[in-house]
Amino acid sequence: MAFLNDLFVNLSKWLSSFLAQFLPTWAVELIMMLLTIVSLIIFVLVTIMFINWLERKTVGRFQDRYGPNRVGPLGILQFVADAIKMFTKEDITPANADRAIFNLAPVIVVVPTFLVLAVLPFGRGMVAADLNIGFLYIVAVSSLTTIAILLAGWGSRNKYSLLGGMRVVAQMISYEVPMVLSALGVIMLTGSLSLVSIVEGQSRVPFILLQPLGFLIYFISAVAEVNRAPFDLPEAESEIIAGYHTEYSGMKYAMFLLAEYINAFIVSSIAATLFLGGWQGPLLPPYLWFILKAYGIYFLLMWLRFTLPRLRIDQLMGLAWKFLVPLALVNLLVMGLVMTLTQGRGLITLVLASLVANGLIVAAVVTIYGFAKWRRKTMRVAT
Amino acid sequence: MQRMETGLRTETITVNMGPQHPSTHGVFRMIVTLDGETIVDLEPVMGYLHRCQEKIGERNTYLQNIPYTDRLDYICSMSNNMAYVMAVEKLAQIEVPERAEYIRIIMVELTRIVNHMLAIGALLNDLGCFFTPMLYGLRERERILDLFEMASGSRMMCNYMRFGGVRYDLPPSFMAELKSVVAALPAFIDEFERLLTENEIVLVRCRGVGVLPPEKAIAYSCTGPLLRASGVDYDIRKVDSYSIYERFDFDVPLGRNGDVYDRYLVRIGEMRQSLRILEQAIEGIPEGEISVKLPRVFKPPEGDVYHRIESPKGELGFYLVSDGSTNPYRYKIRSPTFINLTVLPELCKGHKVADVVAILGSIDIVLGEVDR
Amino acid sequence: MSKEIYERLAKEFPESSLDYLEGKDPAISVNADDLFEMALHLKEKEGYDYLSAVTGVDYPDRFEVVYHLYSMRERKEPLILKVSASKEEPEVASVTPIWPGANFQEREVYDLVGIRFAGHPKLTRILLWEGYEGHPLRKDFPIEGHRAIGQEEPS
Repeated sequence: MAFLNDLFVNLSKWLSSFLAQFLPTWAVELIMMLLTIVSLIIFVLVTIMFINWLERKTVGRFQDRYGPNRVGPLGILQFVADAIKMFTKEDITPANADRAIFNLAPVIVVVPTFLVLAVLPFGRGMVAADLNIGFLYIVAVSSLTTIAILLAGWGSRNKYSLLGGMRVVAQMISYEVPMVLSALGVIMLTGSLSLVSIVEGQSRVPFILLQPLGFLIYFISAVAEVNRAPFDLPEAESEIIAGYHTEYSGMKYAMFLLAEYINAFIVSSIAATLFLGGWQGPLLPPYLWFILKAYGIYFLLMWLRFTLPRLRIDQLMGLAWKFLVPLALVNLLVMGLVMTLTQGRGLITLVLASLVANGLIVAAVVTIYGFAKWRRKTMRVAT
Repeated sequence: MQRMETGLRTETITVNMGPQHPSTHGVFRMIVTLDGETIVDLEPVMGYLHRCQEKIGERNTYLQNIPYTDRLDYICSMSNNMAYVMAVEKLAQIEVPERAEYIRIIMVELTRIVNHMLAIGALLNDLGCFFTPMLYGLRERERILDLFEMASGSRMMCNYMRFGGVRYDLPPSFMAELKSVVAALPAFIDEFERLLTENEIVLVRCRGVGVLPPEKAIAYSCTGPLLRASGVDYDIRKVDSYSIYERFDFDVPLGRNGDVYDRYLVRIGEMRQSLRILEQAIEGIPEGEISVKLPRVFKPPEGDVYHRIESPKGELGFYLVSDGSTNPYRYKIRSPTFINLTVLPELCKGHKVADVVAILGSIDIVLGEVDR
Repeated sequence: MSKEIYERLAKEFPESSLDYLEGKDPAISVNADDLFEMALHLKEKEGYDYLSAVTGVDYPDRFEVVYHLYSMRERKEPLILKVSASKEEPEVASVTPIWPGANFQEREVYDLVGIRFAGHPKLTRILLWEGYEGHPLRKDFPIEGHRAIGQEEPS
């Protein structure tokens, strides 16, 4: 069991000691770094293949049909067929598009997803770079996606793409605020920005029990950050103001799609790390726990996508600024209060106190909301 | 061009929601003039599916026109058949036997359910539900289409009704299958409602959007669920009762505000009322003849008639002018969705771009009928 | 439709020549000049607030526009008006200002039969494209059409 648990760690230790026999230290370090990077990239590529298949099968099951089942057993090779299609499509660039920016945008949009992987702890001792500002690094780097989308909208030289791109940017910037505020609650609990210490801080109890409301706010903001339903208005097909990626075709379009899926997965793994305890868990090897938790949250994302209609842009922004931000601030305040009051009284007290506090906030919100609804005229169909 | 107080000049832009529509309504074009995100003007452009059925109708004999009526509103072929066939029966004063009337009512009410399922599915699809409600509706629709196939031989283009009755009698297994479909449907409608009627996002996207006041609805000659959602109690099955509808006991669901949400609720209500009619028809259907023997060369007397029925989309009417020969002299189709579209610009003004799709979905157009 | 409404109208508009046409759907034939006032009177005084259909018919000696009117509020019996227009210059007053629902229908009659409606806010072709020549529902228009799409223009 212990062997399986530390499989990758032992593997890398053995490899570095093996290489150290005939290579100088700096070369060994370089090679290990390169191998980490390559393995992360391979992980991303394998994940996207699996996610694509999972998404299409799941949507099929939600809609009472099979999903892809022709290409390969259970439709596993569907992604290969799609990839071949994407590669062989003609690469069209609009005549008066800004070439440099137009071609740069799909590249830039994928880069942040890989960069974020560097600080995610995949298992015990399995993190590419244990930065002590881990979470800050994630927030900073994922903002690069916003720039890339703006570049895509601008480079298309199409006023509707630009409008669509600006809407997406507005949405992403607005939802970063509640995302960070809700994660701040977790950071307060551990006192450190490093993801590794956050995971280790959850060795006894996952933070979702201490911060259920924070998890909810983080989850909703994350869904909006990655432009998934119900917040995918800026890039929806039935919208007349086209999305920022209308003018793209072939590989470049595939890049945008790739970025969207990987971002969704990254954001679910961050949620798993911050709130569900990362790789903590009994029996199974830690990296397996991490994968399971990340996919569990990703399943929630898929569930939302296939069930709910989408919100209009003004309703989207209203939700962020008028509901989530005040709620996140209240959550922060209450958590700080709870932490100070239960200082040094043990873990159980902390858990119970925070559950009670969160319950009170939810009750308050529900009362206010129910009151507003009661004052709305009832509009039922008279038969 | 407008001048705001700060001295900024703003311009309106014109956006084309082209004939190739992402939403599943067919080839229909809207030229939208926008001021920022708000719609200032909207002009519908239609005719991409125009086949000049009215001219073809003059070339055909009366009997040959029946398959062409299937292709008008291609989702509700049975009701189109019924409207035309009843118009000719009014012209030639043909009596229809009891059993045939019951069979016709059963088919038309099944069509109403099919149409409303698709309409709601398409509306929710436009709102962004990613096909899930639509596929649920289509699953139930398959069972009803199987019934149509049992009776007429074809799922969609049924060509089932004839002057004086219907073409084929119901096969022996039809009634049992119909009973099981009717028994299973209320649970399906409940499931649909549970998922969607109280859904926050549906409410927020549909409540207060595309409000149609009743006076405007009447003035713009709107009919069907569009009219009844505004609160006007006008259902041709009750007002101008045709066929044997007086024998059935059913209500007419009305809306209160005339917005997109009310139209959705009215359609759900109408599905339930259709189930009531179906249950009564199943109980009451007698044995007997299913059609009347007509001369081989059918020449109705001279004159003109206008007959209208309550099709799932509104008032479908046929105006026939006969000069005593085998072909109609004038064959005019009063298409409900074509006339309902008159009010589309009024409904959309002042709303945001994202609402246009919802409003269009709630009017429930089918291009085969708009363009004929 | 009973003769009652016909008699009331005849009393209201003594100068105009009304005719009661028998048949399965009895109709009232009206002069083209009196159409607008009569329509206004019917909507406001008699309560016929719902215009169901506007049809254009091409008879050998005249064009005819047929209006089917109903009353939604008061549930009266239907009323059918028939207006004749000459073959050379078919023009009839538009009832769109009275019943806005006539808008698209009158455009369709103009498009397919060729009857002009005076006073219509925007009388353009609706089902056929701008620049199409001819009016298909006229009896002198061949059933095959006079030119297939893609064929050369006749010089």
